[in-house]
Amino acid sequence: MEINEFVKNFANQFDETDASEFTPATDFRQLDEWSSLIALSVIAMIDEEYDVVIKGDDVKSSKTIQDLFEIVKSRKKS
Amino acid sequence: MAGAVPCRVIDNLQYMTERYGEENVKAVVEKVGVYERRFADEKTCSSDLCFAAADKLLTENNIDRSEIDLLIFISQTPDYRMPATSVILQNRLGLPTTCMSYDINLGCAAFLYGLSTVYALMNTGCIRKALLLDGETRSKVYSANDRHEAYIFGDGGVAALIECNEKFGESYFSINADGAMSDLIMIPAGGYRKMSSAETVVEKVIDEYGNMRSEEQGFMKGQDVFAFTLTHVPKDIKKVLAFAGTTIDNADFIVLHQANAFMNSFLTKKMKLDTDKVMNTIHKFGNTSSVSVPLTIVSELKDKLDGDKTILASAFGVGMTWASAVLPFCNCRISDIVEVENGEPVK
Repeated sequence: MEINEFVKNFANQFDETDASEFTPATDFRQLDEWSSLIALSVIAMIDEEYDVVIKGDDVKSSKTIQDLFEIVKSRKKS
Repeated sequence: MAGAVPCRVIDNLQYMTERYGEENVKAVVEKVGVYERRFADEKTCSSDLCFAAADKLLTENNIDRSEIDLLIFISQTPDYRMPATSVILQNRLGLPTTCMSYDINLGCAAFLYGLSTVYALMNTGCIRKALLLDGETRSKVYSANDRHEAYIFGDGGVAALIECNEKFGESYFSINADGAMSDLIMIPAGGYRKMSSAETVVEKVIDEYGNMRSEEQGFMKGQDVFAFTLTHVPKDIKKVLAFAGTTIDNADFIVLHQANAFMNSFLTKKMKLDTDKVMNTIHKFGNTSSVSVPLTIVSELKDKLDGDKTILASAFGVGMTWASAVLPFCNCRISDIVEVENGEPVK
C-alpha cells in the first residue's frame, strides 16, 4: 500500500473539492464537501481497492487521510 | 401475488428541496436514487395496504377463503401493540377462525424469514393455503427533520398466496441474525424497555448539523450498516447458491432489498451481477423495509413469471438480520398494484 495512491483514491470520492487540496495531512472532515454520503463512498473505495471493510468508528477516529491509511494498512496485514 | 401502495406520490426532489434548499438536495437524491416514494395518509396503516393487496389477490384468482389455513403478517408498523394485526386481518379478509394467524416483527430481511416459515409449516402437510402479508408505513417512523433518514423511506404492502405442490420444486434459504448489532438501526423508546412518555416524543437536535428526531423515531448508523452489508451479503448469497447446488447464472431474476441505489449498485458491481437480471424499484418506491423485495417482484415481474423461473433474493437490515434465497416460481400470477387512500382501496 502506498500513501500517495491512497490520497488520490480518497480525493476521487469528491466532486467539487480540487485534487490539490488533498495531502496525507488533510483534516478531511473539515473539508466543505465532506458528508456522511462521501464517507460511504470512502468505505466503498477502501473495500474495492484494498479489500478491507472499515466501520463508522474508523472514519470518526481518523483526523487525517494518513490516519485512515494507517488503519487500512494495519487491517490488510492481519 | 399482489401489491398496494398509498396513492400519495412524493416527488422526492421537490419534497426535500422544500426542507433543505436546492443546493444540498439534488446530489443526495441522485446518490440514494429515490426520485419518488409513496406516503400513507393518516388513516392508512400497513394493514390497510395488505388488506387491499390480499383482497384483490383472492378475488381476482377466485380463491375459496375457507381453504386458507395460515395468515402471517410481517411488519414493524402494526395497527396496535396488541392484539396482533394478523388477527384483525383474518377477520377483515373473511378468513375462517381455523386460520392460524400471527405477526412476524422483523424488518428488511423479513419477507424471506416469512416465506421460509410458511414453507416449513406447509411441509407438515397441515396447511392447504397460506397468505403471507408484508406491509410497512416507514414514512411514519422517521423524522423529516433528520437528514440521515429523511430521504429514503416509503410505504407499501404485498400479499402472497402460497400453496404446497411438488411441481414448484425446491426452495433454498439462508437465514441469519446477529443481535450484537442491534443498535445499528433502532427506535429506542416506545417499547417496554423505555416506555412512551411526554419526553420521548419530543424532537431534539441530535448533532452539529441541526438534525432533529425524537426517541420514538428511527435512526440508522448508515456507515456501519453499509460496512455490515459489504461484509455479510455477498458471502450469504454465495452460501445459498452453494447450498442449492446452483450458480448465479441459473437465476432468471435477482431481487435485492432496495436499501438505496448507491448501496445496491455497489453490491451489484462487487458481486459482478448481470444488471439485466437485477430488478430495481428504489427510484419509484424508495426503501420500504421488508416490503421492498416482494414489492419489487410485484412491480417489475408481472407477466414475467410464466413457466418455471428462478429468483435469487437477498435482504438485509434491522436486527441485524439477513437472508438469501433461491426461489422457484411456477406460473406465478401477479395482479396490478392497487392504490389506497383513507385506509381503503381506490376504486
